Amino acid sequence: MTAIPRTAARNDRERTIRAGWMIGLGILLLILPRLIYPVLALDILAWGLFAVAFDLLFGFSGLLSFGHAAFWGGSAYVTAYLLSNGQSVPVAMLGGTLSALVLAVPIAYLSVRSAGIYFSMITLAFAQMVYFVALQWTDVTGGENGLQGFDRPSLFGLDFSDSVTRYYFCLAVFALGFYIAYRTVRSPFGQAQQAVRDNEQRAQSIGYNPVRFKFTAFLISAGLAGLAGSMYTFGHGVVSLDVTKWTTSGEVVMMTLLGGTTTLFGPAVGAGLVLLLRDQLTTSSLPVGIVTGLVFVVTVLFFRSGVVGTVQGWLRRR
Amino acid sequence: MNTQLLLIQVFNGLVNGAFYALLSLGLAVIFGMLRIVNFMHGALYMLGAFAAFALGQAFGLGFWPALILAPLIVGALGMVLERTLLSRLYGLEPSYNLLLTFGLTLLTQDLVKQVMLSQFAVSSAPYTTPDILTGVVNLGFVVFPKYRLFVIALTLVICLVTWFVIEKTRVGAIIRASTENPSVTRAFGIDVSKWVTGVFGVGVGLAGLAGVLAAPIYSVEPYMGAELIITTFAVVVIGGLGSIMGSIVTGFAVGVLAAVGAAIYPPIANTLVFILMAFVLLVRPSGLFGLPEGTR
Repeated sequence: MTAIPRTAARNDRERTIRAGWMIGLGILLLILPRLIYPVLALDILAWGLFAVAFDLLFGFSGLLSFGHAAFWGGSAYVTAYLLSNGQSVPVAMLGGTLSALVLAVPIAYLSVRSAGIYFSMITLAFAQMVYFVALQWTDVTGGENGLQGFDRPSLFGLDFSDSVTRYYFCLAVFALGFYIAYRTVRSPFGQAQQAVRDNEQRAQSIGYNPVRFKFTAFLISAGLAGLAGSMYTFGHGVVSLDVTKWTTSGEVVMMTLLGGTTTLFGPAVGAGLVLLLRDQLTTSSLPVGIVTGLVFVVTVLFFRSGVVGTVQGWLRRR
Repeated sequence: MNTQLLLIQVFNGLVNGAFYALLSLGLAVIFGMLRIVNFMHGALYMLGAFAAFALGQAFGLGFWPALILAPLIVGALGMVLERTLLSRLYGLEPSYNLLLTFGLTLLTQDLVKQVMLSQFAVSSAPYTTPDILTGVVNLGFVVFPKYRLFVIALTLVICLVTWFVIEKTRVGAIIRASTENPSVTRAFGIDVSKWVTGVFGVGVGLAGLAGVLAAPIYSVEPYMGAELIITTFAVVVIGGLGSIMGSIVTGFAVGVLAAVGAAIYPPIANTLVFILMAFVLLVRPSGLFGLPEGTR
């Protein structure tokens, strides 16, 4: 990468652009359940955090995981299981998130030593293993039927049977998750992580252990994906086998690319766009796969910086 | 467990292994030349089966003509895709081509689903085994369906021919040279990009062939390639993308191991391949036949 001298004016400008995005999107998220039906808004929050978590690994570590459905789906199941066994909402969501972290330890350990396409294939294969476990362990996961009809007990007078209440509760969780992602990227750890991504040999020669950075980034990413998965269960009230399927792993990649990788909140924007598109498609006669496949292909071929990346580039040049 | 059952499982494992071998062989050939992993391989396998089915419905062509034509159709389609789409991304990270082929997979699956529903009014269709291959063979110690034996035998022949062409002939020398060092090969007056297209065509043609062979066993269905390709990826990780022979041997070996394991402890049937992969990653991260990272 060529070094660009960052002048004070340039930094100011960057800050203004970022602040503009944050305020705009923040307001949009606050009024979202008034614009679209609340369950769709809840989906956008959950998938949005999922995509942000995925990009911590893809954008900021350069590792394309094709198996993030394992953490999202694993957590979704554990959360549902805990809720159906009478646990409170925070305990269930925390349990889901922790289970994603625990699951990530062996998967990360075995995969981060491989690079590039190998890493993608290994993560995809492990996620498929989780899928088969979910399919066969019917006592816990409900197999093909999934889990449904579990309680979401009220908390501090918040009635979670109301979807708008659920939305604002999840918005708080989303903000927390996003803040963790933001702090990670901005921290010295995040800077070193990106140094490893850009030039592994050089990072190693100045004393960073690349494997350890990738491993840690993987865990943070998987943990946040787990938090997102628990939000999805909580918001939706049902868990189906789809949450661990390979298409889910692919979908989060598409959301991230479409929104704009390494822009931090771009993936959440991408998630919103994909879900709104899918919502439109359910009422049309067009098969979902044809449209999403086409969007995917076009994004990869012609639109790799994504919506947010493109707009930001345009704002900077102006 | 009795020997009879074990032997049947070994044969069933060889059948599964035949498909793993054909698919991972194609993936290995493509990876060697293009340095990309073709996610679409499973969808092209499905297209092979679908082409056989559609040729039968539209023109009344049977299994044998389809066995020749379907792989050619799939190979030609692959070459068009390589020229028009994949080649646009060669200068970038190989991951982008994985993503592109993933998108194409979603597209292809649902397009075929649409066509099957609108043209043939079915969502999945059985495909009849050719007459001379119906029935069973009594091997003395075990009775086994004729068609499955044919699949194992034909796959072995195709795999060995591919290996021979790549390792022992002039064509193979050009392919290996283009793999090793494309710019020097170009300096010798060989148009590497044409060879890339050709090799991609042959690689996906093998997937198409596997699809035709699978049709009488599993019946034709738009998503038949999706799970198979993921399992094949695990097989590829186990074997390593290093050698042609490696992918053939690993394909058959994993098929047999998984089938025997499934007979011993049924709940493990679907996950055994992935457990094997985890184990191999632990002891030999670059795969059984793969070269260590950095030497590629």
